[in-house]
Amino acid sequence: MSKKILLEHAHIEGIRFYETYRKNGGYRSVEKALKMSPDEIVEEVKKSGLRGRGGAGFPTGMKWSFLAKPEGVPRHLVCNADESEPGTFKDRYLMEFLPHLLIEGLIVSSYALGSNATYIYIRGEYAWIPDILEQAIAEAKANGWLGKNILGTGFDCEIYVQRGAGAYICGEETALIESLEGKRGNPRIKPPFPAIQGLWMRPTVVNNVETLAAVVPIINMGGDEYAKIGVGKSTGTKLLSVCGNVNKPGVYEIDMTISVEEFIYSDAYCGGIPNGKKLKACIPGGSSVPILPANLLLKTAKGETRMMNYESLADGGFATGSMMGSGGFIVLDETQCIVRHTMSLARFYNHESCGQCSPCREGTGWMYKILKSIEYGHGKMSDIDLLWDVQRKIEGNTICPLGDAAAWPVAAAIRHFRDEFEWHINHPEEAQTRNYGLAHYADPIHVPTV
Amino acid sequence: MKQFSAEQLNQVQAIIARYPEGKQKSALIPLLHLAQETFGGWLDTETMDYIASILSIKPIEVYEVASFYSMFHMKPVGKHVFEVCQTGPCMLNGSDEIIAYIKEKLGIEAGQTTADGLFTLKPVECLGACGYAPMMQLGKHYKEFLTKEKVDQIIEELRTASKH
Repeated sequence: MSKKILLEHAHIEGIRFYETYRKNGGYRSVEKALKMSPDEIVEEVKKSGLRGRGGAGFPTGMKWSFLAKPEGVPRHLVCNADESEPGTFKDRYLMEFLPHLLIEGLIVSSYALGSNATYIYIRGEYAWIPDILEQAIAEAKANGWLGKNILGTGFDCEIYVQRGAGAYICGEETALIESLEGKRGNPRIKPPFPAIQGLWMRPTVVNNVETLAAVVPIINMGGDEYAKIGVGKSTGTKLLSVCGNVNKPGVYEIDMTISVEEFIYSDAYCGGIPNGKKLKACIPGGSSVPILPANLLLKTAKGETRMMNYESLADGGFATGSMMGSGGFIVLDETQCIVRHTMSLARFYNHESCGQCSPCREGTGWMYKILKSIEYGHGKMSDIDLLWDVQRKIEGNTICPLGDAAAWPVAAAIRHFRDEFEWHINHPEEAQTRNYGLAHYADPIHVPTV
Repeated sequence: MKQFSAEQLNQVQAIIARYPEGKQKSALIPLLHLAQETFGGWLDTETMDYIASILSIKPIEVYEVASFYSMFHMKPVGKHVFEVCQTGPCMLNGSDEIIAYIKEKLGIEAGQTTADGLFTLKPVECLGACGYAPMMQLGKHYKEFLTKEKVDQIIEELRTASKH
């Protein structure tokens, strides 16, 4: 079983509260970090090889080093807790069960970046979590870890929690900043990047919840030690949230050295597919990343065992690979319909498009419309090429990555399951009664033994 | 006229104090949440104008934000809103059946409210509970691993509570 770092203490009763958290080694990283210089902390994070856990996988230390530091201008750290990528619910778990771990990471990171006012922007629907975070903040403050002159170092820091109000787009960092400024969540044109002009046009770093929590073990063990966990450029541990057709959905921490097959079938993780059904397909990193049929999921096109890490999941590019993304692991069994599932995702992106860029605003609507028509038995064979054409015209032609995120699932579904779309169009009535009869099209493989 | 209580006005000031001077507009979304909870579960023009006056911003700045975010209701809703997730991962675990069952049980379509004003059905997109599907948001909390029996139970409890 993988090493647990972030969730090491998650099972301890009362770990949500300060006393227990502190007794189990909590806030040690603050004691250590505040004796270091901010630049030394950035250096440790760089050495750790930590990559942004929100989905893009950008090296965190590098992002931090881009932060502008003009004289006399306040800087801000913003924690992105707008977790909205379908299939993803790992940050929720961290915040609900280990709120102090996030607060601890935020204090260290705020010190490293020189942020005296740090904001946690949390999705509005997680309506009960701000209370948990605010209690943790109050406890941290009462014990001298937050507020004025922390540990006598002269460093002041306050952390505030702000709720969003239902908009996937606010997970994009510039849309999040707009929302935090009290505006519609319309992404900004970059440059300028937030590191130069972000919140209130001040230099800003926006990092995901899990990324900031990971700063705690990095400081505690040192960047070099952290980099030894995992493999290659996939250092440290990653939280995965598993859903769909598995026996044990939930949140798991892995050190990125296990295979996809072990992850799905081992009782330590997903525990296999319920009711003895076969694995049909999987979206390994949140709904935006390409879906893979079972054969390409477990082995790469070259026939190598596919591993649960950034590089291996991306092996083969979009032609035969996918992405680690946000760690939202969605499993589909042999009875699931790819057309219907893709239609559901297309509806999601259409609903969540902010409407700023025409290719996304119009294109997501067209994709949903065409998929709906195929799903409900009114499709034409030319619709498949039309869909392909629409998604291609969205990708790369929008201000923010929502356009790409909407295009990729459709492209991958057609790429790997074109025959299933054709079957839908050729058998409109059968498709309507949900009598899929599609198992053999998708080439599901037999349940392997781990 | 709509007015926050003295206690709420203190809360409003505490929220505004989180931001630098002159950046009080950042308090808009938190205040709209507070207003929606306080003034009947939805945001009418009078309420939005009131929030604009508190933050010294133009009413249009409030309207354009309120209409952008899906948690803000721009029309009256029932006392309890069933916000049932219908996105991919929930769909894989039977959200379609749950939505159909609620429609049948309450005799309403998506977006409608029951005649007694008690329930509104609002299918929504992913709420970040994919591993605990199917699910819905009910007020501040999530109801997860929904079954028809659980839906019956939720409706029954809310109906009973409304009689007291």
